[in-house]
Amino acid sequence: MVEFALPANSRVQPGKVHKAAGAKRVKVFKIYRYDPDSGANPRLDSYEVDLDNCGPMVLDALLKIKNEIDSTLTFRRSCREGICGSCAMNIDGTNTLACLKPIEDIKGEAAVYPLPHMPVVKDLIPDLSLPYAQLASIKPWMQTQSPTPPDGERLQSPEEREKLDGLWECILCFCCQTSCPSYWWNGDRYLGPSVLLQAARWILDTRDEMTGERLDALEDPFKLYRCHTIMNCTKTCPKGLNPAKAIGAIKEKMIERRL
Amino acid sequence: MSLKSALGRARGLGSAKEGAGHFWAQRVSAVILVPLSLWFVVAVIGLAGADYATFKGWMSKPGNASLLLLTVLSVMYHAHLGLQVVIEDYVHCEARKLVSLIAMKLAAAFLAVFMTVSILKVAVGV
Ligand code: SF4
Ligand code: SF4
Ligand code: FES
Repeated sequence: MVEFALPANSRVQPGKVHKAAGAKRVKVFKIYRYDPDSGANPRLDSYEVDLDNCGPMVLDALLKIKNEIDSTLTFRRSCREGICGSCAMNIDGTNTLACLKPIEDIKGEAAVYPLPHMPVVKDLIPDLSLPYAQLASIKPWMQTQSPTPPDGERLQSPEEREKLDGLWECILCFCCQTSCPSYWWNGDRYLGPSVLLQAARWILDTRDEMTGERLDALEDPFKLYRCHTIMNCTKTCPKGLNPAKAIGAIKEKMIERRL
Repeated sequence: MSLKSALGRARGLGSAKEGAGHFWAQRVSAVILVPLSLWFVVAVIGLAGADYATFKGWMSKPGNASLLLLTVLSVMYHAHLGLQVVIEDYVHCEARKLVSLIAMKLAAAFLAVFMTVSILKVAVGV
């Protein structure tokens, strides 16, 4: 059944408080901390950050904390400009990218948790091996039967190319994946919005010749049809994409080929 | 504990090659229920306060009895498709899931048959 309470060893306890001495504009960050080696429950540490001496984004604050207050704080980041997808986490109750989330958009204390409903490796780092494997399972690359044209290019008209707009921009941050209630309850069998958006990206690509096989592989009550168009995915996507619409496009193709 | 690889877990048992039919049936039955429900509401309002003889007279018209049958059967069909999804979503113990699915469908089928017999009884019975 669906579980509404965390297991005893996952319940979050109050944690340490780190004060910012002499700061005028202080923002409190309440950050989820979990160290698997300690054997202790996760805890919520408070960090006071001096906003007069910090960059504008939540990632800037996390880096400041790590560099100047507590080097044990662990999180992923790379590009710091919303293109690598590494810094996805739950900030102020919403899955988003720390590098794109302005601190000033958060009222009061800023709560920072890892992406929901994933096993936690450490602090803000979720174990994403299952969604990555689910991505691999839909074969996210072009598959063709006809031999490569002599000049090596498979052509597409501008209108055909337009079908990929709103899909190619996905950075695979898994914000949507981990915001989806269906994925929380049935993540072991439901592929989830990120992966299905990628599946749509290849199903709608006119150069791909394995569309039927792709649809065959998705036609399943769990892999695809656990999406009930709840739209959490679309609401949370930090890149403004619409995974629910992409999933709708797959469902349309499923009907199109049987009518 | 399982040492199965993440990809092995993700690929699982593969596709059941099923689901589009269920999805389509749920949408089509929902659309059909829109005019049927409107007709039903209008009919109920029209019959408000009527005595049994009037009601029986209304029911013995083949058009009315047929539309009423179609309405209750569509409702049961649509409801059982929806409940199936709810059970699949929330019941994760395989044995309990199987039993709930069968029990739910049996109950839906019983209600459909019961309502059919009741409608026919009033429509053509003496
Ligand atoms: S629309 Fe589908 S994929 Fe998106 S959150 Fe809802 S159930 Fe999940
Ligand atoms: S659709 Fe948006 S939220 Fe989902 S993985 Fe792609 S970029 Fe991230
Ligand atoms: S650090 Fe690359 S998306 Fe945030």
